[in-house]
Amino acid sequence: MKLEAVRRILNCQVITGDDKLDAEVGVGCGADLMSDVLAFIKPNALLLTGLTNVQAVRTAEIAEVRAIVYVRGKLPDKDAIDLAKEKGIVLLCTSLPMYESCGRLHQHGLPGGSELEGGLRDAKRAPLLATL
Amino acid sequence: MPSEPLFWQRFNICGRDFVDAGKASITIKGILREIGIHPSLIRRASIASYEAEMNVVLYASQGTMELRVTPKDIRVTVEDEGPGIPDIALAMQEGYSTASDEIREMGFGAGMGLSNIKKNADAFSIHSVVGKGTILEITFRL
Repeated sequence: MKLEAVRRILNCQVITGDDKLDAEVGVGCGADLMSDVLAFIKPNALLLTGLTNVQAVRTAEIAEVRAIVYVRGKLPDKDAIDLAKEKGIVLLCTSLPMYESCGRLHQHGLPGGSELEGGLRDAKRAPLLATL
Repeated sequence: MPSEPLFWQRFNICGRDFVDAGKASITIKGILREIGIHPSLIRRASIASYEAEMNVVLYASQGTMELRVTPKDIRVTVEDEGPGIPDIALAMQEGYSTASDEIREMGFGAGMGLSNIKKNADAFSIHSVVGKGTILEITFRL
């Protein structure tokens, strides 16, 4: 799913990375605990979180997260934004809560990590993703 | 005889320094990329290093992280001066954590760190003395 589609589906404000919305993410992950992100997230993911400090962006850089969506209208601090600019990580913000944000993206075809492992994405979601 | 290192660097880690926490691991990731290590191995090594670095920041007073790259492997050794781990088998269990609320507010302390290091490594050893500190040796085969 293109980040432009994520922006549209969640009605996001773009904090940084306006020029990278053509990039694709292949999987979504919602978490406030970075320990869980490091343990479970797949490469080239979209991370949805409410954690606004610089550690969320450092975790994204380490785990090869393409973009972060801050949920519940939260905004990252300046250190987080500066690091995201340096590393080319797109930061978005939505007023929607975590559950609804994840639900809407999944409904539009962005799979979760377990679906990638099970191979469901290609079989069931590829046609839907191609329309976005 | 151990292989002669192609690259060697040591980083100091300050306990409770949440501003710089994770910077050493991001530097290691850049070094491995420059050396030309395969991306999937870089990701595994970066995640394990970051988990180990965060453990020092969160629980110890100070520590060091050493990166050693040889023709055969990448070795990350993390040594801290901290409280030590009384029951290593228990600490290795996913979900077991002694983290404070402050640590959880930082987004860590889910009890996944040590098991995630082991999961990403090709070889992993841990030695700990209560009241003195902990040494992790994390190896990735090339």
